[in-house]
Amino acid sequence: MSNIHIDVHHITRVEGHGNILVDVQNGELKQCDLQIIETPRFFEAMLRGRPYQEASHITSRICGICAVGHATASLRATEKALGIEPTPQTKLLRRLNFLGEMLDSHVLHAYMLVAPDFLNVGSVIPLAKTAPEVVLRALRLKKLAGDTCKAICGRHTHPIAMVPGGFTHFPTAADLYALRGRYVAARADVAATVELFQTLPIPQFERDTEYIALHNAPLYGFIDGEIASTDGGIWPVERYREVTNETMLPHSTAKHTAHQRESYMVGALARFNVNYDLLHPLARQAADALGIQPVCINPFMNTVAQVVEIVHCVEEAITLIDELLQREIAWEEPVPPAHLSGEGVGSCEVPRGILFHNYVIEDGLIVEANCIIPTGQNLANIEADMRALVPAVLHKPQPEIAQTLEMLVRAYDPCISCSTHLLNVAFV
Amino acid sequence: MKAAATKPKPRVAFFDFTSCEGCQLTVVDSLQYHPELLDVVDIVEFREASSDRRDDYQIAFIEGSCSRESDEPRLHKIRATADIVVALGACAHLGGINAIRNRQSLKEVREYVYGDSAYWYETYKPRAISAVIKVDLVIPGCPISGAEFVRVVKGLLQGRFLEPPDYPLCIECKLKENVCVFQRGQICLGPITRAGCDAICPAYGAGCEGCRGLIANPSLPAFYAVLEEYGLSPADVETRLSLFLTNQMPKAEEVEYVQYTH
Repeated sequence: MSNIHIDVHHITRVEGHGNILVDVQNGELKQCDLQIIETPRFFEAMLRGRPYQEASHITSRICGICAVGHATASLRATEKALGIEPTPQTKLLRRLNFLGEMLDSHVLHAYMLVAPDFLNVGSVIPLAKTAPEVVLRALRLKKLAGDTCKAICGRHTHPIAMVPGGFTHFPTAADLYALRGRYVAARADVAATVELFQTLPIPQFERDTEYIALHNAPLYGFIDGEIASTDGGIWPVERYREVTNETMLPHSTAKHTAHQRESYMVGALARFNVNYDLLHPLARQAADALGIQPVCINPFMNTVAQVVEIVHCVEEAITLIDELLQREIAWEEPVPPAHLSGEGVGSCEVPRGILFHNYVIEDGLIVEANCIIPTGQNLANIEADMRALVPAVLHKPQPEIAQTLEMLVRAYDPCISCSTHLLNVAFV
Repeated sequence: MKAAATKPKPRVAFFDFTSCEGCQLTVVDSLQYHPELLDVVDIVEFREASSDRRDDYQIAFIEGSCSRESDEPRLHKIRATADIVVALGACAHLGGINAIRNRQSLKEVREYVYGDSAYWYETYKPRAISAVIKVDLVIPGCPISGAEFVRVVKGLLQGRFLEPPDYPLCIECKLKENVCVFQRGQICLGPITRAGCDAICPAYGAGCEGCRGLIANPSLPAFYAVLEEYGLSPADVETRLSLFLTNQMPKAEEVEYVQYTH
């Protein structure tokens, strides 16, 4: 056995451009890399000198899929820097908006990017002919998610009405009633989603690692809170640098991260592992049905954890809408800044994991900016998984190895354009 | 057409360069509402959504700016293969958000983000796709409007190139009966920006950011007069203009010239 050379050029069904490179000589693993070949974006440099009001509009453009998440983290960073405390209504609307994006992204990933691997098709398009009910279900859920964001902030990509201190537009009670009815009706689609993923043969592979997510009891993470780890410990988000420990590697321009071990994982599986007790009871029930329990150390199960979160998002959305309807939406002016200089760290759990935005603002202008993106934090962990996985599958035909590795990378739901203002891997 | 048009369905491909891929997501969303389009075109390349690929496309949609020299050959290859190249969204059309950093030196930008490792990777000033290859048609916006995408595709299928409107956004905004955002004390680029987005930002309480690009003959003096009326400074406008329009910014001397003749 032999020499194996795998070069998956431009991994498909992921956001952004990446390659997988595996080199085995005489049965020995010589190289095993996830190359990130997306162009560097330089968002931090773009933010410098801009008025604070623009920050969330600029940074939502980091990613079309997690635009609401970036905008939310950005607004929290700005608000903390400028002494703005959002109202309870703003918090509820932001959270509902956030659930909409989470649902949209998870449905996109689970149904359109991952499911084709198990149904032996190259994309979701042929499924429209062979399994139209599956595709229509995914589209219904995605449309509901998109319409939620549309009602609150104008559109999911890129949000319009979200500003520091609040909103510039509000959903009507009629909008909320209509959404509520659709969320209740969506329970059937959610149940069918759980059933579908019960049947998919998720690869069996385990590698113990550290899982990091926001903890914000009694809520299930998502916006604000503290940084928590399955290895123990709690850190305020302001101390994120102690957790992320970005390092530059000589063989790549990627900033990899590591905390208490050589790497850690963020994302749905990390949130599930850290915050299992805070999931909606129906989501925990779905977890039982799907055969996932904390602490789950199979990275392929990230997609299954997303399905559990789909259940949670739909249930929490109904609860939030009820609360908003009961309070009645007030047309609130955004809370103005208490001062125009300061530093703030905003943190959210975007679909792919924990996200940090950190700004220093002077006289209303951003002078320093740092953003740490989930996919960047996962890179070291993906490579560690690949190194553990390759020897176990070496006996398989080369295309099958390549497909398994591609499925592994895809399971992390990487968002490569997001992460590339921080990383760009160059190989010689 | 270059390729013998034996097959009835036009072959379509999607490509992305420096961008957030939000325009392609908008495409996916529009196809949800218009699945009939999938019956009349053959998508042969859409990396973000599909593993099936072919290299014989006739219509290429390109999202993203070109921000490094080594991406240029890929663009030239797309141009050589496709009969029709469509720039999808502000990054491809104008350089978009990516071009904000063109106001700083490359050295400054690189060293701020990557420190000592600033020269490990390749970059240059982000530019519109049309700065590298000939573009036949533009679908502007950040992100594109799904409805406009569908209109343009239907037009292409009928052999027509539907150009985006060349009148200012204010016209659409007034028809929609939005409250003028200047009256809310905000800046709006509506008077000089190309319409076609259904004035979505003013409708949600935000001023226009100019993501669709300037109209062909913007009346800058009139625009500046409006700003003055609402007590806004030229510096505020310059900052707003540089969000999406860094590569399209009107030159100071031109503005002055128009003012004198006004």
